[in-house]
Amino acid sequence: MYFSAKEMLAQLEGSDKRICDLVIKNEVEISETTREKVFEMLEERYQVMYNSAHEALEKEIRSLSGLTGGSAKKMWEYCKKGNTICDNTIIRGAAYALSCLEVNASMGLIVAAPTAGACGILPGALLTTAEKYDIPHEQVLEALATASGIGQLIVKKATVSGAEGGCQAECGSAASMAAAAIVEMLGGTPAQAFDAAAIAMQNIMGLVCDPVAGLVEMPCAKRNASGVANALVSADLALSGIFSEVPFDEVIEAMYKVGKALPSTLRETALGGLATTPTGLAMKEKIYGNHAEASACTGNCASCGGCN
Amino acid sequence: MNISMFDILGPIMIGPSSSHTAGAQRIGKAMYNMISDKQLVAVHFILHGSFHLTLRGHGTDRALVGGVLGMNAYDPQIKDSLQIAKERGIEVSFEGADLGDVHPNTVQIIAQTSDGKTTSLTGSSIGGANIEIININGTPAKFSGKYPAVVIDHTDRLGIISHITSILAINQINIVTVLHSRENKGKEAVIMIETDTPIDASVKRELESMSAVHSVVTMERVI
Repeated sequence: MYFSAKEMLAQLEGSDKRICDLVIKNEVEISETTREKVFEMLEERYQVMYNSAHEALEKEIRSLSGLTGGSAKKMWEYCKKGNTICDNTIIRGAAYALSCLEVNASMGLIVAAPTAGACGILPGALLTTAEKYDIPHEQVLEALATASGIGQLIVKKATVSGAEGGCQAECGSAASMAAAAIVEMLGGTPAQAFDAAAIAMQNIMGLVCDPVAGLVEMPCAKRNASGVANALVSADLALSGIFSEVPFDEVIEAMYKVGKALPSTLRETALGGLATTPTGLAMKEKIYGNHAEASACTGNCASCGGCN
Repeated sequence: MNISMFDILGPIMIGPSSSHTAGAQRIGKAMYNMISDKQLVAVHFILHGSFHLTLRGHGTDRALVGGVLGMNAYDPQIKDSLQIAKERGIEVSFEGADLGDVHPNTVQIIAQTSDGKTTSLTGSSIGGANIEIININGTPAKFSGKYPAVVIDHTDRLGIISHITSILAINQINIVTVLHSRENKGKEAVIMIETDTPIDASVKRELESMSAVHSVVTMERVI
């Protein structure tokens, strides 16, 4: 077992083992399972991630609320035209992330990574990078294990819940996980992987969770798209040899403290930030009508639409 | 604290929210496991806090009903669960209420079964699809849903806990947590135990055969 990056790095010192090796070994022990079974479960998750990252690229998928959808398809068409400001790797990843979020908002099948609200960043960043470098499939699965290890440390030291720590806890954690996974997949050292994870979290520290109408749609989808860019830039920074002056463990502790210091209005309650802008409130009204609270609904009222 | 890598990379779930959809499904599934093979007639949901504020937008209603009908987090039928319940003649109703000092994502589920019995369970969705069952039939509980569990209603009697735990030990069932509460000495009491392995029918019968025991409800793991 491990409780910090420091501990993991100490366990890895002097060997050619990677973070993913420790994570898989630990999983075999605590879940009383086999390495083969772990890879089977990783493959199952990979497949769902792959499908959700592609499902909304060619056909427009609308959310359950009807408020959002179609962004992934737009981004995909834009990407195919070429001539984008960011390079193709980032744009593809951003389109994948949007697709995951649109599938999610339509009650489709996704993998929470670490949460449903941040489910686009890891598949987006990882798949686009694996495609660019033509990475063998098993190494992509190992990268998912690296990502899980980063997530495990964040859950142990802090939180991945938006209600507890804001968006930094969800999209920040997802970008951290993805950045470390990519560094290790591309042959970076465990120390560089933790640097990438630390940098990705620093980049959005303090980000609030302010979903319009309380839904996992606005601004979640766009934050997942930009989370891909955050993960990729952080991975490149670490691979270039730039390290994080503040080590990963301390960054995570700081993120937790910042999360605790956020007022509850900015932690997934839809009582602040974008949710309470005139536009945000108007969209809420559009869904729930005059029944600001869905509590009045019995499921039998045809006019409200707030309940079924 | 052991955290599986698949607690991070998962669950594989129907969206849109790990706490408001997958967590809700798991609380519903806990009720499904409690009523086990009994025929469900009606189910009422009392929604607290964020659960009732964003009920429809997160599909919390469909996830709760899907769970009570036995669906898993990845079952695409969750989307149609309200319709499926209707087709099976199960009466479904929702209300919003203040359940007191509990987590913002909390629901009380009251289920009526064809044997005329009412079963009640309160659960909170505490983030990343993790849940906590905090009350069963009016008695405070603390189940994570990660382990099989048993709820034993009995009359308080000297040595009864030791008797119950020895039955489990003899049957090679290891205990994870124990929660015991009673009204007064010698009066009604409840013991709730989480175990590493499930309690099968024969062990259940052995527990039921104890003279001070009134009822034994076994629950499979939810997660």
